[in-house]
Amino acid sequence: MKQNSAAERLINGLLKENPTFVLMLGMCPTLAVTTSAINGLGMGLTTMVVLALSNLFISLLRKIIPDRVRIPAFIVIIASFVTVAELLLKAFIPFLYDALGLYIPLIVVNCIILGRAEAYASKNGPVSSLFDGIGMGLGFTFALTVIGAIRELLGAGEVFGLSIMPESYVPCSIFVLAPGAFFVLAALTAIQNKVKLAGERRGRDMSKVQSGCNLDCAGCGESGCSRRLVEEAAKKSAKEKEGNNG
Amino acid sequence: MSDLMKVSSNPHIRSKVTTSNIMLAVVIALLPAAGFGIYNFGLDALILILVTVSTTVLTEYLYELAMHKKITVGDFSAVVTGLLLALNLPSSAPWWIGMIGGVFAILVVKMLFGGLGQNFMNPALGARCFLLISYTSIMCNFDCDAYSGATPLASLKAGEEINLLNMVIGKTAGTIGETSMIAIVIGACFLILLGVIDLKVPGSYLVSFVLFLILFGGHGPDPVFISAHLAGGGLMLGAFFMATDYVTRPVTKKGQYVYGVILGLLTGIFRIFGPSAEGVSYAIILGNLLVPLIEKLTMPRAFGKGGEKA
Repeated sequence: MKQNSAAERLINGLLKENPTFVLMLGMCPTLAVTTSAINGLGMGLTTMVVLALSNLFISLLRKIIPDRVRIPAFIVIIASFVTVAELLLKAFIPFLYDALGLYIPLIVVNCIILGRAEAYASKNGPVSSLFDGIGMGLGFTFALTVIGAIRELLGAGEVFGLSIMPESYVPCSIFVLAPGAFFVLAALTAIQNKVKLAGERRGRDMSKVQSGCNLDCAGCGESGCSRRLVEEAAKKSAKEKEGNNG
Repeated sequence: MSDLMKVSSNPHIRSKVTTSNIMLAVVIALLPAAGFGIYNFGLDALILILVTVSTTVLTEYLYELAMHKKITVGDFSAVVTGLLLALNLPSSAPWWIGMIGGVFAILVVKMLFGGLGQNFMNPALGARCFLLISYTSIMCNFDCDAYSGATPLASLKAGEEINLLNMVIGKTAGTIGETSMIAIVIGACFLILLGVIDLKVPGSYLVSFVLFLILFGGHGPDPVFISAHLAGGGLMLGAFFMATDYVTRPVTKKGQYVYGVILGLLTGIFRIFGPSAEGVSYAIILGNLLVPLIEKLTMPRAFGKGGEKA
């Protein structure tokens, strides 16, 4: 697949660099609002809209924004879209607005959005940035919906409000409370690591499928695994420079 | 040649004390409380104890089998965890509560952190709190054939009359193993005589708790009020069998006193000022989380470093 093509960006955001399961970004909304599948879906889609639009506009303005004040400029753009999204939600989907509450304005400081602005949109063209935003947003939505569905299923016996479990099932309410978010996220990350390990054992190249924590929790001193991301960004920019020179 | 004269690499001092010996002693010490629970609450209690213990042992065995680890079921630590957890459940709880609790205790609290010696929290208590949050109504339902209504601590909190003699003997509502102060103390004395536990943690725990009650309990040094608080709820079971857990208490001597005092204060705060009548399990779990910090602050200075000024 061609680098930076629309389809490549979508797949990248959804799977290869899934913001929640792989990059481990945006943990605050991931843990806080996934009490049900619909909340996770709503949060994910809202973030996706903001992410795609802010990526597009930051990419369009990337040559105008001075390097020194780029972060405040990004924040202003992101905050404008968040405000729009918040007002729209309040007007048209009030139940979701009530459920998400404080976490809608907090989308402004969601590190996925600022991260994509800084790492991708400020360096690439508007079309691929737009699709990067949509891909990342879809990945985020997918992750939040899955976590929300599992928590809702175990904690309330329902998914999207539909009773799924047999009537004799007694809901384990810890899963809709804060600890449940950690249990589910940890279990999903463990499964992902297991899949990666199994792939490596079968001799497949799994270096493209990154894992959020490099399999070694005990020796992990890098909070948010930022070092790996920085190294990668450095490699990328070095490659780009080579490309420019050549 | 005698066992003491083996020529080999260190450790040179040999002792008959092994993990399985200690854990077996704890199991034996818990038998009076378990036996009284079964006598008090009947067949339900027996079934719950059997289900919980077999779940913990089976979970540990299957996990180690699946992960290709050494099978450590023989050290009885899973039996202790299962027994302690079962003694912390109300007899009215359905059998699957014991099962979920047992799996959570062993799998999440113990094995995922590396097995015996690595867990940062007492597995039985971790599972009890997990169940308490998840299935509040089941875990707080103390109605059974023998008793109905509130536990003595709850009545005490509501300002009702309590029967102190029944509380000491254990003929009250409550979880399976917590009701009888006498049975627990018999088991605790057995452990103390064997040298498995000492009084540092339980002693400082109970003393600080009593002091807290006198100061903030609202009844002053009223002996009935204080003895009811000592005999009621899970205080005795917690102080002698769970706060003394080797893995989750501090290793330093000074630290053990500090740990006991913290547990006493937390239990007092939860019981007197908290919304629920009981707070021993949360107090011990919070204490467990503070253990690394306590150890860091109370680490004794190495021999010969006394005069050194930094």
